[in-house]
Amino acid sequence: MTSRWMRIVAPLMLLLLLLGAWELFVRWFDVQPFILPAPSQVLVAFVANFTMLVRHGAVTFSEITLGLLLGGVGGILLAVVVFYSPILDKALYPLIIGSQMIPVFAIAPILIVWMGYGLWPKVTVAALISFFPLVVNVSDGLREPTEGAVDLFRSLGATRAQIFWKLRLPASLPTLFSGLKVSATLAVVGATIGEWVGSHEGLGYLMLQSNARMRMSLVFAAILMLAVLGLLLFGALRIIERRVLHWRARKVESREVSR
Amino acid sequence: MDATSSLRIEGVSKSYLQRSTLIAVLDSISFNLETATWTTILGPSGCGKTTLLKIIAGLEFPDTGRVFVEARELSRLGETAYLPQDDTLLPWRTALGNAILASEIDGKPIADAKREALDLFDQFGLSGFESLYPSELSGGMRQRLALIRTFLTHRDILLLDEPLGALDPLTRATLQNWLLNVWSELKKTVLLVTHDAEEALLLSDRILVLTDRPAQLQLDQAVELDRPRDRGSSELVSHKSQLLRLLLEEEVGT
Ligand SMILES: Nc1ncnc2c1ncn2[C@@H]1O[C@H](COP(=O)(O)OP(=O)(O)OP(=O)(O)O)[C@@H](O)[C@H]1O
Ligand SMILES: [Mg+2]
Repeated sequence: MTSRWMRIVAPLMLLLLLLGAWELFVRWFDVQPFILPAPSQVLVAFVANFTMLVRHGAVTFSEITLGLLLGGVGGILLAVVVFYSPILDKALYPLIIGSQMIPVFAIAPILIVWMGYGLWPKVTVAALISFFPLVVNVSDGLREPTEGAVDLFRSLGATRAQIFWKLRLPASLPTLFSGLKVSATLAVVGATIGEWVGSHEGLGYLMLQSNARMRMSLVFAAILMLAVLGLLLFGALRIIERRVLHWRARKVESREVSR
Repeated sequence: MDATSSLRIEGVSKSYLQRSTLIAVLDSISFNLETATWTTILGPSGCGKTTLLKIIAGLEFPDTGRVFVEARELSRLGETAYLPQDDTLLPWRTALGNAILASEIDGKPIADAKREALDLFDQFGLSGFESLYPSELSGGMRQRLALIRTFLTHRDILLLDEPLGALDPLTRATLQNWLLNVWSELKKTVLLVTHDAEEALLLSDRILVLTDRPAQLQLDQAVELDRPRDRGSSELVSHKSQLLRLLLEEEVGT
């Protein structure tokens, strides 16, 4: 069997095994569905409420992607600014670190007060939580080129802009994408938290509502939907990453073969 | 100064501050390079050879002394083709993309650069590898690519910092021949840094030997052997043992 197949089959097998154990556990001990529904019950709820899940999922998904987009662009710009301006670096870095010590749960209610119940407070929470990995990773990435490489460019009379576009930015792309993938998972968390704090639609809203009505299978179905959306986003990022970093993909493949 | 001199170095000195102690690296180095000649610098490790090349390239400033290119004293950034000591191929560019880097920076037509690059790929035995990435090339191929990139800068002065240093003897010998062939066609002024006395004797019109740090010019010797040179010839071998003796004295003296 090829390694490609293994990559799909191995996690699926493990997942099935875990779900089977869960199903058996629930049936064996006769656990009440409003405490812990069996996977089969979750699946039934998922199918029965599919259109509703898609409607709420679409709202949450747009919050996640918009938040990631804003946080991503903001994080990258911030990293570049901080890299080129030592003064701003000193001024901003403690603030950036400090901002990460404030729990988003504390900010979300304030944002709701300022921006209302719509899309934007959730997008903002998602952006605030997802920009940080990009700041850190892109800052590191821009420092990736060796002194020799920078010397080479400078000796050819390259401008600072040319050194940025042709050397530093491409060199930072691998770490940029690593950061982006972490940020994507954080954006999912951010959007959900935003919805919990105050909303009238979205998967987070659906979870809270169903929880209050003891419809535990629907809570789990909403979680399942959220996971599916997160995986979709992650998969899309991986595809883009492979396109952009195809020079790297070749190296990784040859390493895998030799492992 | 005579008209055929393309590079003139006058009393260049340089110190670096290392953990609050000042260490002198170069001590009033002076020499001229004549147009289209090959000069090689030999010297003990850490004596300041790379520092000297960087000063000539305009990447570092001397504390005292001056550097003239074609009798002009100016910022040398953009004037020379500098091949740094460490590997500087860009991993995200194909071999061809790496080769034409200078044309891109100069804003010259890419199509012309590519055509010219393909010619050099052929001469350096890299035909067919144009679309591979550096990580897919062998060490020798990568070094050849770096040399092609250096030749394609269209600068008149080439500053080569141990370009063949990390290669096995056979690859090294092959590349030395290639280098000589391309050089004799293109007629560039070359300043090469190497640790290898034989390489210096095979390639150069002139050899400069530096002392240990702070580096002074210890020997400035023309190599009057007819080309093509044979590394086994008795003349070359005797020159080589003289050079080695000189270099060893320097290393032992530390
Ligand atoms: N940027 C720097 N800051 C401080 N010291 C430096 C710097 N660059 C070089 N030096 C010192 O200057 C001396 C000469 O370094 P250089 O790289 O020019 O030597 P080299 O002759 O090229 O050595 P090698 O043959 O090993 O390449 C060394 O002692 C080194 O530690
Ligand atoms: Mg050196």
